Amino acid sequence: MKRITCECGHENPEGAVLCEACGKPIEENQHIDGNDDQKLLNMRYDGSARRSKTYNRTFVDKVWNFFSSVKVGVWLIVITVIASAVGTILPQEMYIPPNEDPAVHYRDQYGLFGQIYYQLGFHNLFSSWWYMILIAMIGISIVVASIDRFFPLYKVLKKQKPKRHETFMKKQRVFGKTEDESVDLELFKKNLRKQRFKVYEQDGHLLAEKNRFARWGPYVNHIGLIVFLLGSLLRFIPAFYIDDFVWVREGETKVISGTDGEYFIENKDFILETYDESDERFQQALLNQGGPVPKNFQTDAVIYKRSESSLPGQEPELEIVKEASAKMNKPIKFDEYALYQASYQLNEFSEMTFKVHDKDDEDTNYGEFTVDLSEPETVYELESGYRIEIQNYFPEYEFSNGEPVSVSRFPKNPAFVFQLYPPGESEPETSFLGIGANIDASGENEYKLGLVNFDVRDVTGLTVKKDYTLPIIAIGGAIFMIGVIQGMYWNHRRIWLQPKENGVWIAGHTNKNWFALRREIGKAIEGTNIQEPVDQYEMEK
Amino acid sequence: MGDLVTISGNLLYAAFFIYLIATFFFAGTIRDKEKGKSRLAGNIGIGLTIIGFITQLGYFVTRWMASGHAPVSNLFEYTTFFGMMLVFAFIVLYFIYRVDLLGMFALPIALLLIAFASMFPTELSPLVPSLQSHWLYIHVTTASLGQGILAVSFVAGLIFLIRQVDQTKKSKHTFWLEFTIYVLVATVAFIILSSTFSAMNYETTFQAPVEGQEREITYEMPPLVGPANGELLTEGAMSPLLSAPEWMRGEDAAKKLNTFIWAILGGLVLYWATRLIIRKRIAAAIQPLLKRLNPELVDEVSYRAVAIGFPVFTLGALIFAMIWAQQAWDRFWGWDPKEVWALITFFFYAAYLHLRLSRGWQGMRSAWLTVGGFGIIMFNLIVVNLVISGLHSYA
Ligand code: HEM
Repeated sequence: MKRITCECGHENPEGAVLCEACGKPIEENQHIDGNDDQKLLNMRYDGSARRSKTYNRTFVDKVWNFFSSVKVGVWLIVITVIASAVGTILPQEMYIPPNEDPAVHYRDQYGLFGQIYYQLGFHNLFSSWWYMILIAMIGISIVVASIDRFFPLYKVLKKQKPKRHETFMKKQRVFGKTEDESVDLELFKKNLRKQRFKVYEQDGHLLAEKNRFARWGPYVNHIGLIVFLLGSLLRFIPAFYIDDFVWVREGETKVISGTDGEYFIENKDFILETYDESDERFQQALLNQGGPVPKNFQTDAVIYKRSESSLPGQEPELEIVKEASAKMNKPIKFDEYALYQASYQLNEFSEMTFKVHDKDDEDTNYGEFTVDLSEPETVYELESGYRIEIQNYFPEYEFSNGEPVSVSRFPKNPAFVFQLYPPGESEPETSFLGIGANIDASGENEYKLGLVNFDVRDVTGLTVKKDYTLPIIAIGGAIFMIGVIQGMYWNHRRIWLQPKENGVWIAGHTNKNWFALRREIGKAIEGTNIQEPVDQYEMEK
Repeated sequence: MGDLVTISGNLLYAAFFIYLIATFFFAGTIRDKEKGKSRLAGNIGIGLTIIGFITQLGYFVTRWMASGHAPVSNLFEYTTFFGMMLVFAFIVLYFIYRVDLLGMFALPIALLLIAFASMFPTELSPLVPSLQSHWLYIHVTTASLGQGILAVSFVAGLIFLIRQVDQTKKSKHTFWLEFTIYVLVATVAFIILSSTFSAMNYETTFQAPVEGQEREITYEMPPLVGPANGELLTEGAMSPLLSAPEWMRGEDAAKKLNTFIWAILGGLVLYWATRLIIRKRIAAAIQPLLKRLNPELVDEVSYRAVAIGFPVFTLGALIFAMIWAQQAWDRFWGWDPKEVWALITFFFYAAYLHLRLSRGWQGMRSAWLTVGGFGIIMFNLIVVNLVISGLHSYA
């Protein structure tokens, strides 16, 4: 690597814009930060030698320079912002009704615009490959830009000397000359220390500096962002992340999906509470709402674990792990799993009891049978010799084109096609039976089936989560916050003082908030006979 | 209970008027001669602002006591809180930089927000289960504080633009600056129209199909635009000039469109009436009042507000939001519109900071960015809630 020796004797790396020690501009590199056509020095990274500004020959250099450019970074962010905004115009695929074909849904609901939206993939924007690529490019950009700047900046701030070149001083934004022999340097230093500046001295030259650590804020926060992104990537690895769902009926004990058959849940009770309509506080709002407003969803459950000793294939032996309630905002946690109250189904039918009677006389009774709706049997033999076969079962029936169909697997509105064999008969009588429907298929039946009784129960739906990425994501978030606060709530400030035959020069630099810097300089020179420096920067309109 | 609600409402009124009076005192500082000399008007202004803030805090606390939950759970409560946070952020920045004229602009914006908020239903509303979490309060209050601080950067940015945009000739700058002012004026028009019609108890009812079912829809403003295929039920009421396009679904879509059109028209009337009287651009009329203000100082105030507000916003609107979402919906992020717009806000201000720090976007450009940022915040507050509502929908 080529080295450049400054007149102060310091050896600088190739690509340095300002001497690391004394700040003298290095002649041949002034174009790099655009200093050649500017009255003031560009102090952004203290004129350090950054890779991206030094090499631009090979392919690797070019890729590096692309990603390290803030202009590119901002463009990536802007494109992501615009894409995200477009992604909120219509609902994402996950928010449309689950059993609808998105291709049809978007066209039917939103017309041509919806169709285009769907075809461009905006309906699933946030998991689309190009959105992922955008985020990945932002990630790469953050890493490259940070490495490109952090190391040179760190080095240059470490090597800086209080004694500065005259050009460096004169070309600072805040600069002032004082021609007065009675400058009180001791007081100046004292004032600076009072404002928590550290003061370094070299041959009568002063450097007062504070909050250098704030300069590392951006790099810390970028690390946080990267940790966060990596954490989110890990979710694609199944060992780190399980997301499953379990429906459990009241009274039922069921294996918890996603736990490899290790855990079981018993639903003791599902509770839905609504706000009391006579509640004075909310009367008006409840009235406007025009219906009950839920107050609490809760599943009282027992969690079991399959005991070590139970053999595969056998009815498992269960040990109680815990008894707990899952509510909104209060998941049940056990070992590394969490169960979230996510859904529910009220009043699902559990059992229905029917009786056989004469078609014209409801008071006759030739025997009863009970159908367990979660596991209906195919044949019911009655003691009286009657036999009933279930030819067809519709857990949630609806008529579609005159035919009964089931729209779900859940017994919310059950219906049956029964075949009734009276004793000794081989020809059955067929009838269709549902809530509010009792149809004699042939019109010539002698018997009829009637609903005597039914039982309902609630079903609760819980999401099952195991997530080892959460701590990583949380740490990423925490590092990010530390970084932004470090960079935003403190500012790096430096003040230089150079002794002259009949007075002093002073100059100041900060990475942000120049008014505040000048105020601090103002306080530091109080009573020292040093004249207030001026801000040489002129804001272009 | 009822008493507390009344007290709370009165405290909010009181705060509103105190802010209004404080605005006049800040305006009075225009005539202060040299900086640092007479600070009387400014001191009274900030004193009143603090009193107003405490009064509004009183509203907040009493309303909390009445409802049993922090009053940040519907659009009215949330928007008033946002106004309060804007005032708080202004107070903080006032004590850092002591720019009196900042108050002359910040307080009216806060007043506008509070008045705007009261156009929405103000009754106490019960919390649905997913909102019953301490994280709700923590998340909403911090996010809102962050937005309040970021809003101050807009206020300072606006002052900067009015001070700096060259008014001697027409340009993109003058156009967009007038446009920004027009949007504020249209908000005023909306508030005036809305409260006038509600004082008159105006109502017109339609029957119209909503998602295939016939519903009754009640307008609180005369229907310029009626619901698609709607039938007027109120006798003697004005019949709509137009009907809303068919693709506007949702129960209140047509009604919202109608209100929106009223606001736009009302804003135009108010804006042009003002221009007829003052015979120049509104910004040009305000500009001379700001001559003594140092543009670099205003620019720094605006930047400082972003620097302070960005971390607070990130913490509240993203991090706390994720913690809460993880508890309530078992996923810390779900790409619902409200979340996406919070992310957009975050990205936008991140871009602002990068442009400013690394590409030297100062002054005019960065002032325009703060206007855009405020636009995004308001979009998330209003449009996303009322139009694109997702899980978080307050309305
Ligand atoms: C959304 C993602 C990002 C966030 C939230 C973020 C955040 C930040 C913040 C808060 C700062 C400090 C700014 C200041 O002090 O005013 C910063 C600085 C910086 N960021 Fe980012 N950043 C992001 C993405 C990027 C990308 C994609 C690049 C790539 C070019 C980048 C490059 C930089 C650079 C070069 C600095 C200045 C560092 C310095 O001057 O010491 N950032 N970033």
